[in-house]
Amino acid sequence: MMKPESRHFFSSPKGKTSFYRMLRNRFLTGLCIALSLLTLFPLISIVILVIRNGLPLISMNLFTQLSPAPGLEGGGFGNAIMGTLVMVCISLLLAVPLGILSAVYINEYAPVSPVSSAVRFVAKLLTGIPSIICGVFAFAAVVMTSQHFSAIAGGVALAILILPIILLTSEQALMGVSVSYREASYGVGATPFQTIWRIVLPDAMPAIMTGIMLAVSRAAGETAPVLFTALFSQNWITSVFEPTASLSVLIYNFASLPYAYHIKLAWSASLVLVTLVTLTNILAQMIFSPKQR
Amino acid sequence: MRTRIGGVPILNTGTLSPLTPEYRRNPDFFKGACQLACILTILLLAFIFGEILLKAWPAIHQFGFGFITGTQWSPNRGVFGVLPVLIGTVESSFLALLVALPLGLSIALFISEDFLPNSLRQFIRFVVELLAAIPSVVYGLWGVFVVIPLVQKYGTILSDHFGFLPLFAGPAYGNSLLTASLVLALMVLPTITAISRSSLVVVPYSLREGSYALGATRWETILGVILPTASPGIVASAILAFGRAMGETMAVAMLIGNSQRLSWSLLSPSNTLSALLANQFSEADGIQISALMYAAALLVALTLVVNIAGAMVLRQTQRATSVLR
Repeated sequence: MMKPESRHFFSSPKGKTSFYRMLRNRFLTGLCIALSLLTLFPLISIVILVIRNGLPLISMNLFTQLSPAPGLEGGGFGNAIMGTLVMVCISLLLAVPLGILSAVYINEYAPVSPVSSAVRFVAKLLTGIPSIICGVFAFAAVVMTSQHFSAIAGGVALAILILPIILLTSEQALMGVSVSYREASYGVGATPFQTIWRIVLPDAMPAIMTGIMLAVSRAAGETAPVLFTALFSQNWITSVFEPTASLSVLIYNFASLPYAYHIKLAWSASLVLVTLVTLTNILAQMIFSPKQR
Repeated sequence: MRTRIGGVPILNTGTLSPLTPEYRRNPDFFKGACQLACILTILLLAFIFGEILLKAWPAIHQFGFGFITGTQWSPNRGVFGVLPVLIGTVESSFLALLVALPLGLSIALFISEDFLPNSLRQFIRFVVELLAAIPSVVYGLWGVFVVIPLVQKYGTILSDHFGFLPLFAGPAYGNSLLTASLVLALMVLPTITAISRSSLVVVPYSLREGSYALGATRWETILGVILPTASPGIVASAILAFGRAMGETMAVAMLIGNSQRLSWSLLSPSNTLSALLANQFSEADGIQISALMYAAALLVALTLVVNIAGAMVLRQTQRATSVLR
C-alpha cells in the first residue's frame, strides 16, 4: 500500500527542509575549499622561505668554493654539488642498464612467465622500501666490506632507490609502443632483437628518458641513502673511494650548526636543490609530452 | 606457434622459433642480457634482505625477542631495546595520517568534482605534485625554523591548559612528536591526494547522474554515492600513506628530538626507527651496528606488511570498479 503523502527520497523522517539541505551543501563546499586552501599555506611558506633565505648568498662563489670552517664566513659548497652529481651518475650507471634490460625482458620477451611476474613483484616491493633501507644495505654490503665510507657506497644506495622507478617507467614506455609496429617489423622478417633495438626502443625512448629524469630528480634530493654511506667531506672529491659531500647531507649537517653563516648556506643549498629537482621534474614531463598522448 | 609480444598474443612466424637452424646460428645475445638483468634484479632483493638479516644476526641471537619489548637503548652499556622507538614510529605515522587524511581527501574531492574550471584544477594538482617533489631534508630545514617555534609557542599554551591530559603533559618541547607528525602529514598528503583522486575519478558518471536525478544535492551525492563507491581506494591511500610515513627519515630525524624515553605526551621528544638509524649508523661499531641492523629489519618488515596490505586493498578496488563500469 502506498503512503498517502509523497515524501522526497532524500528527506529524512525527521523532516529536513530543503533550506537545511541547501545550507548543509553550502557549508560542506565551504569546508572543502577551506581545507584545500589550508594546505597551500605550508607550501607557500616553504617556497618563500627557501627563496628569501637562500637567494642572498647565490653567487658564482657558491658553486666554485669550499664551505668555510665553523664560525668563519665566505665560500660555498662546490664540493657538495660535485659530490651529488658524481653519486647520481654512479647510480645511473648501475640502475639504467639493469632497469631497462629487465623492462625489455618482462615486456618484450616473456610478458607472461614466472620470471617476469617475479621481477614485477620485486620492483613493486622495492618502491615501497624506505629510502634509508637502501642506505643500510649499502652500508652492510659496501662500507663494511671495504672498511670505509665512499661515493661508490652512496651510488649503490641511490641505484637501489631508483632501480624500480626506471624499471617500471620503462615497462610502461614499452607498453605504449603500438603493437602494429612490432607486427610490421616481424612481418618484414626482422628478428626479435632487430625489432626491439630498431623499432620498439627508439619509439619508447622519450618515455624511458622521462623515467630516467624522474629518477635523477629523486636521487639528487634523497639524503637518507647517502647519509652514512658517502658520509660527508669538507674537500673536493678526488676519488670515488673516499667520503664524499652531497648537497642534501650538507643541508642536514649545517642546519644543526650554531653558526648563522652555515645556516644561510643550508638555505642556499636548499634553494639549489629544490631548483634542480623541480627543473628536472618539469623537463622530464616536457620530454614526454610533445611526442605521445 | 602462438606467442605474446608486448602483452598481446600474435601469430609468430617460423623464423622466430629457437628450433630453426637460422636461429641457432645467431643466438639472441640480447635476450640473454635481458634475462641476466631480470635475474640480477630478483637476486638483488634477496641480497638486500639477506645482507641485512646476516648483519643483524649477532643482535638477533643475543637479544632475541627482548629487543622488541625492551625499553632501554644505551649503546654504552650494551643494552638495546626498541619498544619506545617502535611506539614512536607507529604513533607519529598515525598522527600524521589523522591530520593528512581530511586535508588530502578534501583536495582530492576538490580536484575530481567539478567545483572549479578544469585549468584551475590542473593547477592545484600541479601544486600538490610539487609538494611531493620537495626533498625530505628541505622539509626538515623548514620544520626546524618554522614548525618548531610554532609548536613551542602553542604547545606551552596547550600544556598549561590541558596538561592534566597525558597527551598534552608538559613541559612542551619544540622538538617533539607533534612537530614531526605535522611535517610528516604534509609529506604524505600528495600520496593520499593522488590515490584518492584516481579512485574518485573512476566512479562512473552514471552513478552521479542517477543521484542528481533523484534530487540529491551535490554533497548528498558525494557523501551518499561517490565516497562509498570510492572508499576502498581511499582506505588504500591511507594505508600506503601510513607506510610512507613510517619510512620517512630525514625530516623526522631533524624534528622529533631523538629521545628513546617512553612518554605519552605529544609534546615531548620521541624517536622513530628510521630516525634512529639515521642518527646512529655513522658512529656505531661492534654490536651496536648489529642492533641497528635488527632495527632496520624490523622497519622493513613493518613497511612491507603495510605496503602489501595497501596494494591488496587497491587491487580489490580496481576489480570492484571495473565491475561497476
